[in-house]
Amino acid sequence: MNWYGIAAIWRFEMGRFFRSILQSIVSPVVSTALYFVVFGAAIGSRMPEIESVDYGAFIVPGLIMLTVLQQSVQNAGFGIYFPKFIGTIYEVLSAPISSLEIVIGYVGAAATKSMLIGLIILVTSLFFVDFSIVHPVLMLAFLVLTSVSFSLLGFILGIWARNFEQLNLVPLLVVTPLVFLGGSFYSVSMLPPFWQNVSLLNPVLYLVSGFRWSFFGTADVPVVASLAAIFVFAGLCLGIVWWIFRTGFRLKS
Amino acid sequence: MPSIVKVEDLRKTYDNGFEALKGVTLDIEEGEILALLGPNGAGKTTLISTICGIARPTFGRISVGGHDVQSEWRKTRKLIGLVPQEINLEPFEFVQSTLRFSRGLFGKPRNDALVDGVLKDLALYDKRDSRTSELSGGMRRRVLIAKALSHEPRVLFLDEPTAGVDVELRRDMWALVKRLREEGVTIILTTHYIEEAEAIADRIGVINSGELLLVEEKSALMQRLGRKEIRIKLTEPVEAIPDALAEYDLVRSGDGTSLIYAYKATGERTGITRLLTAVQAAGLVLSDIQTRQSSLEDIFVRLVREEVA
Repeated sequence: MNWYGIAAIWRFEMGRFFRSILQSIVSPVVSTALYFVVFGAAIGSRMPEIESVDYGAFIVPGLIMLTVLQQSVQNAGFGIYFPKFIGTIYEVLSAPISSLEIVIGYVGAAATKSMLIGLIILVTSLFFVDFSIVHPVLMLAFLVLTSVSFSLLGFILGIWARNFEQLNLVPLLVVTPLVFLGGSFYSVSMLPPFWQNVSLLNPVLYLVSGFRWSFFGTADVPVVASLAAIFVFAGLCLGIVWWIFRTGFRLKS
Repeated sequence: MPSIVKVEDLRKTYDNGFEALKGVTLDIEEGEILALLGPNGAGKTTLISTICGIARPTFGRISVGGHDVQSEWRKTRKLIGLVPQEINLEPFEFVQSTLRFSRGLFGKPRNDALVDGVLKDLALYDKRDSRTSELSGGMRRRVLIAKALSHEPRVLFLDEPTAGVDVELRRDMWALVKRLREEGVTIILTTHYIEEAEAIADRIGVINSGELLLVEEKSALMQRLGRKEIRIKLTEPVEAIPDALAEYDLVRSGDGTSLIYAYKATGERTGITRLLTAVQAAGLVLSDIQTRQSSLEDIFVRLVREEVA
């Protein structure tokens, strides 16, 4: 294993995060605060408890997932797209570093960033609502698995994208709707039966549900289904990444 | 000299059907400076890219330091430093950290003394804390070279290192290349400046339309293909070349004041004495004689033309 190579990529990508530290931290904190003001205080005060969880606390896991998913896809996508775009990718491709090591470096860094942001949001939300975490270890496990698998998705997107528009369009048109419709701000049991069934096709539902279960011990779908879904999703992304490097898809001629 | 890079019957056809390399065989000797000379689109960059692992060969074998570039890529790539033609740098990175990144990427532990040494060699040390986007074009190109040197390669590929570079910087670059060779680094550079190949290369390869036309010692190439010309100035212009001189294939200059005779510099019998005697016998009076050696440029143009014909 080329550990120095992995570390170099990881450090380089983290450098981007810390160079814009203000933006990296301030923007999730501000948007989280806004969500709490609007959903937690203004609307939440008129909402009944959901499965005996106060609405303000209920949206915390969803809010974290929303940002973690978006940040993972964006950071990993940009991380590999940018060197491709400006041409510095030649160095990575000509270095004695395997595809697996490249993925560990880029995806690892993107996942680290979104986990950090997720934890920052978690801490921020403690200023607005009272809640305790029932399964803290599993909560972290869900956070790690989600960050990694969606960073893999972002990595694939970054390699696939031929321009910035494509790079931005997928998170905007696919990821964000899936998160909003995946029960981030409501329980799917609140939907009519037909839409409940449609929601079961949304992979993000399983993530949000499992993540919320680790907070409050209640979930829309069994936690085993959530774990299975996340592993299937991560496996699928890994398969595509493996195929990309085997064929050189949009990387090598 | 043992060869450090061996290319055997290398072919590369791109997905769009373009045949960039049509069976190139090349041995690069350890410690030499090899210049690959050829017009744009000749296949120089493709050849380098396949050796460095950026492009996959369609057919053929490449080994570096005795290792196959496909099956033992980790070993071969460690030996190679690549300086691409385009100046590609992360705009927000600092000079020193981008060198550290390169070194790590190639699997080497951090070594600040070495990185600083490379920066000093390339006159970039004062700029080590600048962002790459703040540097001038010439400096940015030197940063690219520094990045490649930061992981201590034994073979250095310089793809058009002096394209669009001013004269002074070009001389600096040549001096650097020579210094590196003294340290034992093998250098392969591509160029379409013949002057450059002539100034620094030990051997010259001429590549055109995906084929390596020849690889030869520079001096041997100059000698083998080098032609000399003798220009005979006359006191009185002539209307036509006298019949007595027909066998010499002379060329009459436009105004008729000079006659030009071409001959092989290495030939045992150049025919100069006979020609001059004949000129005198024809009643012409000389005012001056000049000789001129053909440059690599003339040789190159001739080679490429012969191939087309």
